[in-house]
Amino acid sequence: MAKVFIIAEQRDGRLKKSTFELIGASAAAGNETHAILLGENVAELAKELGTYGAQKVHLAQSPQLKFYTGEAYAKVILDVLKSATPDVVLASHTPTGRDLMPRVAARLNAGLASDCTQLAFEGSKIKVRRPVYAGKATVEVEFIGAGPCVATVRANALGAPKADASKSAEVVNVTADIGELKAKVLEVVKGTSARPDVTEASIVVSGGRSLKSAENFKMLEDLADVLGAAVGASRAAVDAGFRPHRDQVGQTGKVVSPALYLACGISGAIQHLAGMRTSKTIVAINMDGEAPIFQLADYGVVGDLFAIVPLLTEEFKKIKEH
Amino acid sequence: MNIYVCIKQVPDTETKIKLNADSTGIDTAGIKWIMSPFDEFAVEEALRLKEKNAGSLVTVVSAGPARVVESIRTALAMGADSGIHVEIPETADNNLAAKALAGALKKEAKVDVVFSGKEAIDDGAAQTSQLVAEYFGMPSVTVVLNVEYGATSVKCKREIEGGAFEMVEASLPVMIAAQKGLNEPRYASLPNIMKAKKKEVKALKLADVGASDADQKIRYKNYQLPPPKQAGKKIAGDPAAQAKELVRLLHEEAKVV
Repeated sequence: MAKVFIIAEQRDGRLKKSTFELIGASAAAGNETHAILLGENVAELAKELGTYGAQKVHLAQSPQLKFYTGEAYAKVILDVLKSATPDVVLASHTPTGRDLMPRVAARLNAGLASDCTQLAFEGSKIKVRRPVYAGKATVEVEFIGAGPCVATVRANALGAPKADASKSAEVVNVTADIGELKAKVLEVVKGTSARPDVTEASIVVSGGRSLKSAENFKMLEDLADVLGAAVGASRAAVDAGFRPHRDQVGQTGKVVSPALYLACGISGAIQHLAGMRTSKTIVAINMDGEAPIFQLADYGVVGDLFAIVPLLTEEFKKIKEH
Repeated sequence: MNIYVCIKQVPDTETKIKLNADSTGIDTAGIKWIMSPFDEFAVEEALRLKEKNAGSLVTVVSAGPARVVESIRTALAMGADSGIHVEIPETADNNLAAKALAGALKKEAKVDVVFSGKEAIDDGAAQTSQLVAEYFGMPSVTVVLNVEYGATSVKCKREIEGGAFEMVEASLPVMIAAQKGLNEPRYASLPNIMKAKKKEVKALKLADVGASDADQKIRYKNYQLPPPKQAGKKIAGDPAAQAKELVRLLHEEAKVV
């Protein structure tokens, strides 16, 4: 059994489902599971963490914690951890987790395994595996020396746990002693899209250069919206200006592992395959039956995506209506 | 201004990764080494900042085995003024690399702005820029798409999830980690490639920068290649039949929809 601290992540008063994955996995392994929750007016969220198996929630609230900043969050988290003797400290490998956890690990004088896709609890330690070369290989990470094991875990890697309304957590209020900051968030500008981020979505619908124009991605957006999916793109489509870089899946874009990845008109350059090969189910739709993407596809459709995608959208609608 | 860029040398993105005989690392034979693509945006941003501020100098810093000097030369050919190479083992982790880089920066007379890529495309860890900032004692802003420079501070546009971004203000000295989109990196001209060969690259050892092997906190072991995928199902028929069958399979067999 390990003493595990999980950095809970919330944005705009909503907890991320990747936080529940971490809490669920730790609790299921029988660990002493703590969550650290930071923000402004977020006390209500502590209850929700309890239903997924957190035994204790360390709650820090301050106007200075309203927006994430690495400096303030690392300071408050260290105030909790330095007296707590954690064995393991976990966060999700989200934009926030990846910015934050190196700062936390440095201050704990501990090693950090980033972007783990496999995690098992072994005694007071963890055994983790992570992709390298954007998933062209994976490695096991050995923690050297004293200090807790610190890791960030890729969203969707551990599977969604179920909430149990009968469970609750003890809430401990933490004084947020932040002081003067060298870096401050002046403003958060929301995205125009209501769709999830490609790294967090359970379903990603991706398009390549065969889409031919930015306008034609509307077809993929329609399909994505029926499925509650994110829209991704190949580097070729991004470089052609069809999509912004933040949607790019691959070695110089984002690495994703959703439950379902639908590659439409993507031939499958080695850098793209590296970025999506850990997806659980892969569908490829492409004119060229010899395209490398079909080597990874669980379901391959050789044909004209302009004909097939709108029909797919209609078929999925029928299922969703049932 | 005293401008620094931390870069990492990585295998080219086209590289087909093979493992060494005992799976303790990759087989590096025949690999083409390049500057990590996100670091190119960092070098470009440093050069643009120098061009706007007469009398500025851009110094490129890299930690790694002897081969990384080639990538320092690439940055010098783009227009950087000098380089610093801290020799660390091939198997060093992000923490040891960050201690080496921060140690090298601390030896400099004055540091105003440090750039790096938001992550290196070999380990994709996205740790080093924040670690360097921690060990140097400066703020850091990651995944940066735009920077406005003031006399004592910078304002950065930082990408977060779902197409949202933040405006972050940080005091100097500051570490800025570049995202694709920050700028369009220049190509080195032939005269600049020739000039780069004569520019100074200082060689430092771990002991020179106050770091040691004990700063290594993690080690990669038991490398594996992804398991080969079994041949998938090809769905035949006209588009309507294909669409119907695919949706049925995803719903009933794969159970993902």
